[in-house]
Amino acid sequence: MITLLVNSALHKLDIDPATPLLYALRNDLSLNGAKFGCGLGQCGACTVLVDHEPVYACLTPVAALEGRPILTIEGLAENDKPSPLQQAFIDEQAAQCGYCTAGMVMRAQALLDHNSIPTEAEIRAYMEPNLCRCGTQVRVVRAIRRASQPAREAAEASLPR
Amino acid sequence: MRLLRFGLCFAVLLLVAAAFFVVLSRQPVIAGVEAPPRSAFDQTLIEKGAKLAAIGNCYSCHTTRGKADYSGSRAIPTPFGTIFSANITPAPGTGIGRWPEEAFRRAMREGISRRGEHLFPAFPYDHYARLTDDDLHALYAFLMTRTPVESFTPRNALPFPLNKRWPLAFWNVAFLDKTPFQPNPQQSDAWNRGAYLVAGLGHCGDCHTPRNLFSAEESSRPLEGGAESEGWVGPALNTASPAPVPWDEAHLFTYLRHGWADQHGAAAGPMQPVVTALARADDADIHAMATYLAAQQGPVSTERQQRASAALARAAEVKPPAPAAGEELGATIFAGACASCHTGSAAMVPPHGINLALSSALYQPEPTNAIQFVLRGVQPSGERSGPLMPRFADTFTDAQMAALLRYLRAHYATAPPWHSLESKIRDLRQRKGPL
Repeated sequence: MITLLVNSALHKLDIDPATPLLYALRNDLSLNGAKFGCGLGQCGACTVLVDHEPVYACLTPVAALEGRPILTIEGLAENDKPSPLQQAFIDEQAAQCGYCTAGMVMRAQALLDHNSIPTEAEIRAYMEPNLCRCGTQVRVVRAIRRASQPAREAAEASLPR
Repeated sequence: MRLLRFGLCFAVLLLVAAAFFVVLSRQPVIAGVEAPPRSAFDQTLIEKGAKLAAIGNCYSCHTTRGKADYSGSRAIPTPFGTIFSANITPAPGTGIGRWPEEAFRRAMREGISRRGEHLFPAFPYDHYARLTDDDLHALYAFLMTRTPVESFTPRNALPFPLNKRWPLAFWNVAFLDKTPFQPNPQQSDAWNRGAYLVAGLGHCGDCHTPRNLFSAEESSRPLEGGAESEGWVGPALNTASPAPVPWDEAHLFTYLRHGWADQHGAAAGPMQPVVTALARADDADIHAMATYLAAQQGPVSTERQQRASAALARAAEVKPPAPAAGEELGATIFAGACASCHTGSAAMVPPHGINLALSSALYQPEPTNAIQFVLRGVQPSGERSGPLMPRFADTFTDAQMAALLRYLRAHYATAPPWHSLESKIRDLRQRKGPL
């Protein structure tokens, strides 16, 4: 028996402990946001947060996850309303085919959790592991900047004049 | 009376020592010149210098990410503190623009700046002392034709008395061998060229030769494996090499040319920028270095041969080895996280990872490099294609990573267990640099 803490809910699963988290999420918990891209940790489509850090769910065996909080894209929305970051992705139309989007959003969420006002260079460096074959990267960067705008404005307002 | 005589002797000794010290530590200033124009250097000479600079990888230490090439200021971690690299663009104020070639030659061979100050041996002039006048001339031409960028070098962060430069006069007397490279007439031209590049410009010993108490390379044990630096350990490149299958010329060439070799693994950590720089070097020079380094492996003993066959046989196994009692977590993590790239065919062809029975890092006496591979993975250099391994720093806890490495060490390397794995993982996790 493996116990997983996903989006603040506990799940007991009777699966092989070597099963990658991605399979447990999609096949056993019907959380289909994270996608299978390459299965080699090279594209980032399966990115979820474990202990508040982005990891490749396709290469994370569930045996390594006892007692560690897991956050997937399904856990971002509140009261069925998109989170500010999700809304920024919508506003910037930062998706083409959408396959990479869940992974992009999760990695971006980790960035904003650590650094609420990232520079463009910081965004680019942090998002580098996540690939988009449609070419939406520029919009993704814009979406992250948009999501950080309230924090940026608050910081600017607090500066002495 | 006796006391007086003793006092006199002591004073004389002190004077002699002081005179000795003054002579040694004070080096003449070489007058600055007007920076020579680009037209002063022949294009083919500049190109020759560019290829030599690639072998020396001047770029890595003398460039800060995001700043102008060769403008210095990169923080170099040393066991004693942080040293900032010099600006070696031909900027007249903060670079080497006013340096005549004579000053450049002296700096390269003796570690003395144009102003007569001792340079810290983090700058490997103990290697560059081997260089020929011709090669120094070409390097000078290359550097003096880079874009001049004024950039002030921050003050080194070293504790007293290591922040003083005069003790280096004694270091140089004790450890600096100024003899030029001596070719060995018994060996081939390629061997000699390789020996010259490895010992001189390539300064391979900087990371791959053990150092003594004074942080000087032990000249009696060249390439016998270095201590940890920048969080990685430069493995032995001679008969003490940890590689399960002895290195040969072909694999060394592939490794230095492309950054990875099946039967051994990928260039990572401080070796990755070395390989990136080498991309600009000629095939012939890389072949020469491979020839020389292959010769350092010595004749392959029956015992080593058997070790190699055993490793190759393990690598040919299709299924991962069964864990012993207590190793289940390590085997489970391997199956879920590593197996998709690291099992099956022994051939290492990116994105397919090396079969771990052949990974040199798992055979090293210390776990440092193996831990770093798991923590940081192998990130592409951004300038060329090459192996890519994802980082697992956030995927696994220290205990999980230790369980994985214990399993790999026992069953792929079949080597005695590493000690204090968990604390080593904790320590390396906290090092600076991208994780």
